[in-house]
Amino acid sequence: MSFVFYLIAALTLAGGLAAVLLRNTVHCALALTVAFAGLALLFLGLDAQFAGFAQILIYIGAVAILVVFAILLTRSSETAQEGVFSKSWFAGLVIAAGVFAVLGWAVLAGARALPLVAAAPTVTVQDIGNALVGRYVLPLEIVALLLTAATIGAVIVALHEKERTR
Amino acid sequence: MAAAPISITLDQIFLLLRDWLVGFLPAGVRPAAGAVLGVIAIVCVFPGLFALTTVFERKGLGRMQNRLGPNRVGPFGFFQPIADGIKALTKEDVIPFRADAAVHFLAPLVLVVAVFMGFAVLPMGRNMVLVDMDAGLLFFFAMGASTELSVFMAGWSSRNKYSILGAMRAVGQMISYEVPLLLSSVSVVMITGSLSLTKIVAAQNQYTGIFPHWYVFTPWGFAAFLMFAIAATAETNRTPFDLPEGESELVAGYFTEYSGFKFALFFLGEYLGMFSISGLGATLFLGGWSAPLSFLSVVPSWIWFFAKVMAAIFVFIWMRGTLPRLRQDQLMNFAWKFVLPFTLLNLVVTALWRFMGEGWARWVVCTAILAGAYVLMGRIEMRRKHFGPRSYRYAE
Amino acid sequence: MLGEGILKGMLETAKNFAGSFVSEERLTTVEYPEQRIPTIENTRVFPFLVYDGPDWQAGMRCVACQICEKECPPKCIYIEKSKDKKPDFVGKMQIYPARFDIDVSVCMSCQICVEVCPFEAIKMDTQFELATDDRFGDLLLDRHELAKSNEYYHSIHPAEAAEVDARLAHEKAVAEAKARAAAEKAAADAAAKAAAAKPEMPAVGGR
Repeated sequence: MSFVFYLIAALTLAGGLAAVLLRNTVHCALALTVAFAGLALLFLGLDAQFAGFAQILIYIGAVAILVVFAILLTRSSETAQEGVFSKSWFAGLVIAAGVFAVLGWAVLAGARALPLVAAAPTVTVQDIGNALVGRYVLPLEIVALLLTAATIGAVIVALHEKERTR
Repeated sequence: MAAAPISITLDQIFLLLRDWLVGFLPAGVRPAAGAVLGVIAIVCVFPGLFALTTVFERKGLGRMQNRLGPNRVGPFGFFQPIADGIKALTKEDVIPFRADAAVHFLAPLVLVVAVFMGFAVLPMGRNMVLVDMDAGLLFFFAMGASTELSVFMAGWSSRNKYSILGAMRAVGQMISYEVPLLLSSVSVVMITGSLSLTKIVAAQNQYTGIFPHWYVFTPWGFAAFLMFAIAATAETNRTPFDLPEGESELVAGYFTEYSGFKFALFFLGEYLGMFSISGLGATLFLGGWSAPLSFLSVVPSWIWFFAKVMAAIFVFIWMRGTLPRLRQDQLMNFAWKFVLPFTLLNLVVTALWRFMGEGWARWVVCTAILAGAYVLMGRIEMRRKHFGPRSYRYAE
Repeated sequence: MLGEGILKGMLETAKNFAGSFVSEERLTTVEYPEQRIPTIENTRVFPFLVYDGPDWQAGMRCVACQICEKECPPKCIYIEKSKDKKPDFVGKMQIYPARFDIDVSVCMSCQICVEVCPFEAIKMDTQFELATDDRFGDLLLDRHELAKSNEYYHSIHPAEAAEVDARLAHEKAVAEAKARAAAEKAAADAAAKAAAAKPEMPAVGGR
């Protein structure tokens, strides 16, 4: 189990690092997909089937494709000639370290509260569905509202462009 | 009484065969060996079916155009796929000079692997499913979504304008039609209350008199099946939605720059995609491996599954022999302005069906809503149709 | 109603599918190597050189004028003129092609060479089974391979060949008549000269 975990973790990390360090933007996007796939595998390793497959469906099937589309449509698919580090790399490093510290603190603090050997909870897809439309129905509706607003916004942007060119 | 055991033996013959073979191994590795055997069976059966389908497709298309089709290699031309395979294997593997060699190499592999994964959750007969997952349907769609990436990889890495155009078209089309594909499947999930494909088949494997409880025989199921079929055709890039490949304009689209065995892999991936989506359609709406009439249950269940898949393949070929290719704007309009609203309406109708309870009233109400909406939307679509010269925004 | 046209089309192809099994008349194609459709009169594939009479070298109509070589759009014709001369069908001394090659892998069957030829020497062939395992040597046809008799021309394009023959016969007749007239005139001139010369010989000599 732990060997598989380390293998997947290494794959995910390698994908993430490659996404940051590679010169060709499309290669970066593809490396990012590898990191997504690694995350999905980690979820599956934790017996979270729904989360794992949703990760593949949404992140590889939609987000990665969206990223790739954005790269192609904005003419930034050419390979960078100079270095891959931006000028504000130090600020980025600080922010990344800060986020990592907060997340690490949260995970460690949460882990201390749990018993060391916890019985793995068996969560079926049905339970997730019931929780979504039961206890978490308000967050779900808020997300739905946000997505609808985004969709309408996209439609308006598209309409505007059409009118201008005619 | 004597007939029943034989039919059961035939029904479970592959499982018995697997257990017999695995029986030679030590007890510890038996489950793993059984899974490996299942994988080997899938990896052998479906490419074999692919080979058969290519020759049937060419012969069938020929017949639809009043030709004979290939009939030279072997009896009635049935060894044609062997000749094609040898040709594909011995041809030169050309990689364009400017191509991104690594991505160019990986694309067909990613495609074939992702497509093969989808077969793992399809129940191909009674108890014949490789992995019985709780979220089987979700797994299937997750794997289907991964093929989009391989299409993009192939198109982008070739450094060819036709390839990149084909890839952009393919990805745009697949994203657009994935939404109705998912939503039409969701109606089945709403009624069954499960994402597990075995449970979906089990729910349909009941009979009233001699007639089965297939979802396609309900108003919402029929509508969902039609939308699923349309979306599946688009998802597998088949005619009339074959714009990404459009031989006459894009020279095969995203795999223009592939030759030899890699081209064969793309071809294989495409047909395997057809098989898997047909299998899913059969599982969701046509009762999977269940027999069409109750007394036909004597016939082994896997025969019914494969018969349904091959019937779906025949319809694919039939449509290819009949329909012309759509234009890109027609394709997108059809997806977003007709198929998607109709599937959304169908979800509401499905919920209505679920909560109206047993009785004839729900049949009447659901059929009336769906038929009315279909006629109305058809009228609106037809009325808006205006013929005339097209304006190209970026070409003027 | 939406989808009606699709169903109509599907029905049509279904009819074709079932019908092609039962009625032979529906089939629009033939089984090629065994069955052949007779070629139509104006079939054209690649050019060939016409010769009259039994000997291909002596009867070759081509006079190596090189018009076809210059007009050929893909430049698939290569001609070398001969140093000596041979008589053409009228009997006039003409040069002939010492070398006449057509690369049929380049030829696009446009028939321009045929149209520009003033000597009816190059015509279009109907032979299309030229598959070979040597794509350079065997597809470059030399003058011997290109030479086909006038009888062969008659067998593949009868109407056109008859017309060409009539025209050539007319030309020959005109040429012969002209030659005869010239000969007669020459003879008459000679006779007249002779007749005139006799009495006036001294006068001539005296001039």
